[in-house]
Amino acid sequence: MHVSYEVRAGDFSNAGNVSSTVKGIMKKLGIAPVHIKRIIVALYEAEVNVVAHSFGGEISCVIEPDSVEIVVADTGPGIPDLELAMTEGWSTATPEVREMGFGAGMGLSNIRKNADRLSIDTGENSPTRINMHFALNEGESNA
Amino acid sequence: MTLKEVVEIVNGTVLCGEESLDREVHLGFASDLMSDVLTLLEDDILLITGLSNNQAIRTAEMSDILQILFVRNKKPTKTMVDLAKEHGITVITTPYSMFRSSGLLFGNGLKPVY
Repeated sequence: MHVSYEVRAGDFSNAGNVSSTVKGIMKKLGIAPVHIKRIIVALYEAEVNVVAHSFGGEISCVIEPDSVEIVVADTGPGIPDLELAMTEGWSTATPEVREMGFGAGMGLSNIRKNADRLSIDTGENSPTRINMHFALNEGESNA
Repeated sequence: MTLKEVVEIVNGTVLCGEESLDREVHLGFASDLMSDVLTLLEDDILLITGLSNNQAIRTAEMSDILQILFVRNKKPTKTMVDLAKEHGITVITTPYSMFRSSGLLFGNGLKPVY
């Protein structure tokens, strides 16, 4: 099953709508709650990042019986120093983002913790593309 | 403790989820940082927060947390309460501070996550 959704920059009141929709789909498909939770936490963090830090983007999910593949792709402005951005507690969030309860500098590390495989293509003044892979077989999960 | 006991201990008001007041909750987590909440593996949690916006409800939804206590008389909007109802989340408000609420609940047996 393949679904994709647009995410608008700065639209904080709707941040989380995509994650909520995908969570509903996964529940209907009967995916185990332990997997749904880690997938949705990672997706929600990524969705908030697109709203908070990017010019907007798209989330697409491919849900198979034994895996879930999520691509979160925005149109920039990119992350100049990815290693620094992955550091827990480091954040460039605006006061507006912090007022929403985010900007603690935990987002990317939360994504890394929950995904079985993660790759991030980004750079200064570039789009950012995050690929997350989740194995649904109990033995493969690292969460 | 039950949610009914939570309400009594913090002199709270229930905004939605009255039908679940007999539900037991064993852990408490107090934070205004939603990413901190999203690190929690447990879901048998009372989220105690002063952050009154949609993201508090969304974060509870994503984390499978079924009860939120808003401190310092924070008044969740109708949109927030509707969202909470949609996901079966009980919303309680208290005039007490986060510190006082947490202290009272801890003293009455609600366990910390860490």
